[in-house]
Amino acid sequence: MAKIVRELPGLALTPEDISQRKVLSTSWVPKAEYAWDAGIAMGRYLEELRNGRLMGVRHRRCGRTVIPPRIFCEQCFAPMDEWGELPDTGTVNTFSICYVSWDVKRLEVPEIPAVIEIDGTSPRVGILHKLGEVDPQQVKVGMPVKAVWKPAEERNGAITDILYFQPI
Amino acid sequence: MQKQMAIVGVGYSGFSSISPGLSYKELMYEAAVRAYQDAGIDPRQDADGFVTVAEDFHEGTSIFDEYVPDQLGAVMRPVHTVTGDGIHGLIAGALKILSGAMNIVVVEGHSKASNILTLSQVTAYALDPIYNRPLGLNPYSIAGLEMQRFLHQTKNTVEQCARVVVKNRRNALNHPSAGHGSDISLEDVLASERVASPLRKLDIAPHSDGCVVFVLASADAARDLTPQPIWIRGMGWSNGSYSLEQRNWAHADYARQAAQMAYHQAGVEKPHDEIDFAEIDDTFSYKELQHMEALELCGEGEAGRMIDEGATQPGGSLPINVSGGSLGVGNLLEASGLQRVLEVVLQLRGQASARQLKNVETGLAFAWRGLPTASGAALVLSR
Repeated sequence: MAKIVRELPGLALTPEDISQRKVLSTSWVPKAEYAWDAGIAMGRYLEELRNGRLMGVRHRRCGRTVIPPRIFCEQCFAPMDEWGELPDTGTVNTFSICYVSWDVKRLEVPEIPAVIEIDGTSPRVGILHKLGEVDPQQVKVGMPVKAVWKPAEERNGAITDILYFQPI
Repeated sequence: MQKQMAIVGVGYSGFSSISPGLSYKELMYEAAVRAYQDAGIDPRQDADGFVTVAEDFHEGTSIFDEYVPDQLGAVMRPVHTVTGDGIHGLIAGALKILSGAMNIVVVEGHSKASNILTLSQVTAYALDPIYNRPLGLNPYSIAGLEMQRFLHQTKNTVEQCARVVVKNRRNALNHPSAGHGSDISLEDVLASERVASPLRKLDIAPHSDGCVVFVLASADAARDLTPQPIWIRGMGWSNGSYSLEQRNWAHADYARQAAQMAYHQAGVEKPHDEIDFAEIDDTFSYKELQHMEALELCGEGEAGRMIDEGATQPGGSLPINVSGGSLGVGNLLEASGLQRVLEVVLQLRGQASARQLKNVETGLAFAWRGLPTASGAALVLSR
């Protein structure tokens, strides 16, 4: 308890004071649900993930090959539509060892989020995913990795059709 | 204001009930490419800044403004997002030019209303959480309350409101991009199902997806870019009290004040005589009549008579919502105001094809921010 609170007379507010409505409050659970149209670029990317393939888009004018695909070049604003399959291998650009889950629970086995620079992109760009089957202490920037896919019958056209990337 | 800044490029994509073929980013890209082509600019070289309008709860993404730059050609450029109607954003962009800080500014607004599965609950989330939300009322009831008081006080009628729906839905048939044109009768509107009496289903503008992009320029830049700049002559906006308990339920005070600000700048003294046509909020049928009176396009209680006499039809003395308005084009969420400005620009340029009005010099666009707000923004434009 902070020093100022110890020195002041009075009672601290407890969660029970609120749940027993000694202190009045109002609560509201939002119902906000969305279904985003995947459109051209995301739609084909997700479709090919279901097929176990990583697709990129090459921009003829500026020579870049990017993943995830997009229909426009954010640098020169021209359309991008030369699609090509990329290997499911790459190298670790950066990583973290995360001991807290997305909904703020302590994890016994940490997660390893990483940005994987996919082979064949130019200049090299990556996708955000996780690493698996690796001792967290052994992960290094620049480490070569390969995708581990869900079994074909379980894939449903989502980024989670890749379970994780593992070192090769 | 005398010819200090102008709209020099317009581009749009949509407007339809659903748009599964394009992601919101691709929808924005499509409209932006057209606007830059129309203005003859390269956004990567020529645009000094970008303004977009968006509400995180409509997008389903927090801090949505971060998802804006790439598809507008705005990466590593000055960008800011306004949470308000598109006309609020357009005014923010115009002020950057008026301040002398920028010469060319891009303004964008879009709707992917079809992607919001619980739009009614998202709208309800805009209500006061302590005083109003616990009652669990559908937000359309607020429109019902307002319509009731407006009709009671002005003696306009539900039939006159229904006539607005018939007019705007039919107008939309002449607008190839409008999503909700139809040839319906007064009886169809009056027989449609009750939603929040006196408001019926067809009194409510259905939603559409779409995107509108404008390129604004200073006077010098505008004259360099186009032989046909559309000048921003006056702009005004006003925010009423959020209190549902204390607001003026009969009259749109926010519209009156926003318009007076814009008219004053434009030197418009008699709106009914000096405004040739208007694109004004008709999110609900009665809103067109209520806004006509607040915008001083007619006197109090006279809007109904004008629709009865056909004055606001495309061939009338003061055409209103020739585009079809929200009732005919669709409610485009934050982009609604930009669609109204778009129609004013196309009409003033003489590019409105089958619905082109003759001899129009000055037009008014007015946007209401939608339920449950009492806020609006007005723009006076001329050739």
